[in-house]
Amino acid sequence: MSNNKLKRADILFSSYSVAPYEILKRTMQKDKDFVINELTESGLRGRGGAGFPTGLKWKFFAQEENETKYIICNADEGEPGTFKDRKLLVEVPRKVISGMAIAAWACNAKNGIIYLRAEYNNLIPELKKEIEVFNEYAKKFNLEFNVEIYSGAGAYICGEETALIESMEGKRGEPRNKPPFPIQNGYLGKPTLVNNVETFAACSMVCRYGAAEYKSYGTSDQHGSKLFSLSGDSPKEGVHELELGMKVSDFVEEYGDGDTKAVQIGGVAGFCIPRKEFDTTIIGEGNTTGGATMIFNSTRSMYNVIHNYLDFFAEESCGQCTPCRIGTQQLLKGIEAVKSGEKPESYLDDLVKLSKTMKLTSKCGLGQSVTNSFSSIVKNFREEMIY
Amino acid sequence: MAEIAKIIQEKVETYGRERKALIPILQGIVAEKNYVENQDMVSIAKALDLSAADVYGTASFYSFIENEEKGEFVIRVCKSITCEMKGKHKVLKALEDELRIKLGETTHNKKFSLVETNCLGLCDVGPAMLVNEEPYTHLTPEKIHDVISVYRNK
Repeated sequence: MSNNKLKRADILFSSYSVAPYEILKRTMQKDKDFVINELTESGLRGRGGAGFPTGLKWKFFAQEENETKYIICNADEGEPGTFKDRKLLVEVPRKVISGMAIAAWACNAKNGIIYLRAEYNNLIPELKKEIEVFNEYAKKFNLEFNVEIYSGAGAYICGEETALIESMEGKRGEPRNKPPFPIQNGYLGKPTLVNNVETFAACSMVCRYGAAEYKSYGTSDQHGSKLFSLSGDSPKEGVHELELGMKVSDFVEEYGDGDTKAVQIGGVAGFCIPRKEFDTTIIGEGNTTGGATMIFNSTRSMYNVIHNYLDFFAEESCGQCTPCRIGTQQLLKGIEAVKSGEKPESYLDDLVKLSKTMKLTSKCGLGQSVTNSFSSIVKNFREEMIY
Repeated sequence: MAEIAKIIQEKVETYGRERKALIPILQGIVAEKNYVENQDMVSIAKALDLSAADVYGTASFYSFIENEEKGEFVIRVCKSITCEMKGKHKVLKALEDELRIKLGETTHNKKFSLVETNCLGLCDVGPAMLVNEEPYTHLTPEKIHDVISVYRNK
């Protein structure tokens, strides 16, 4: 490849040279604590965006003693710019299901649910066939683990694990207060492990390669490989698997169109990195790990970009807590007022303060993360907000 | 009404007479007639022993559960940033011209409804839209007539 600073990985989408259910079988011959420990050792963090250490989550979940425990695969990827989970479910569903099954075995859970966003309903027939295939293997391995598909009903907020659980219980998808965490008190009050699609697939790969080898991918701070959903002004749109720990400049050199003005990392809930910070920003450090990456070239109006984001947030805010419900609407109205000249330029500073207040006071990640893209765009592209 | 009662009955058998049956029931009704009427919500409320307001509050939260009459085919055009950058506006205009309705409206023959939606997860192949559950990608205004014609004849 042209850019040797960017290390491409081929783990998650590699063809099944060792069948995923063979990995499951081999893993089940090991000690459960050893396997959970391996996950912790591997340094794997949740791939949905929050980045919680996966091994730790499994360890706590394994400690919960209850006859009924749920494992939920969060396939509600609604972050604008994210489509990696769709690709995993289409191309390597067995890696995902085997990851869920390893979790079931290691943590003594019998119920598995794939929470699939409504937008992906057309994937259901194929996934059902895959579940049938898994059931045959599970029977062979004497593993009692039942996997079902739950179809979402269209709400971005349901990607948040407690909102997801609320919606499965037949309620509005409004995030719960934490603690208690779903690990202790989740779906129908039972211990529930919620992991992202990519996280489960990565778990399966950690079990295949071992923690030491998995950890050798990436840098000393960030381990393993990560899927990047790349879209926007790039000749190479699509899902790319890369070793973690690259600079934005390396990424842009490889994937930009030669005229890149800004890169949005971590979806609209993440940060917008301007050209002058490409060299000093490392993807995944101090920013989110979901992997949605959008490239904007110099023909794009950053006012239109932030307007689009705010329109999204205002619509998808669940409305439960005031800072997020009102804040998202006021930010949207605010930038429109500055643009039209109704408010002075200094009003932008008030809006940034408002977004920071939202970070402090909102109940869940939605309201808390609006300031990431808002502040970074308003700060770095101020002139575009005004004229 | 008989169909609605049957859907409620079936879902209650699968999920139990419990609140967790609510969204599957609503989805079942949407699959049957594309939207959930107020009267249906009253029936659901009775079946699950909830208040009708609670059922409405839940139903109206989700964008794939419509509570106003919709056409047989609901066209959802992605309005997220990358689809917008790649020409969503022109695609939307072509759809409005083809269907002779505005965004948010339903054709007189109740065949098509045209709405916008948030990210469909098809950003690398945008502009994108769904017709009911079927995704269409790399859209251009020129492609719209052919896509719609398929559904016109259904």
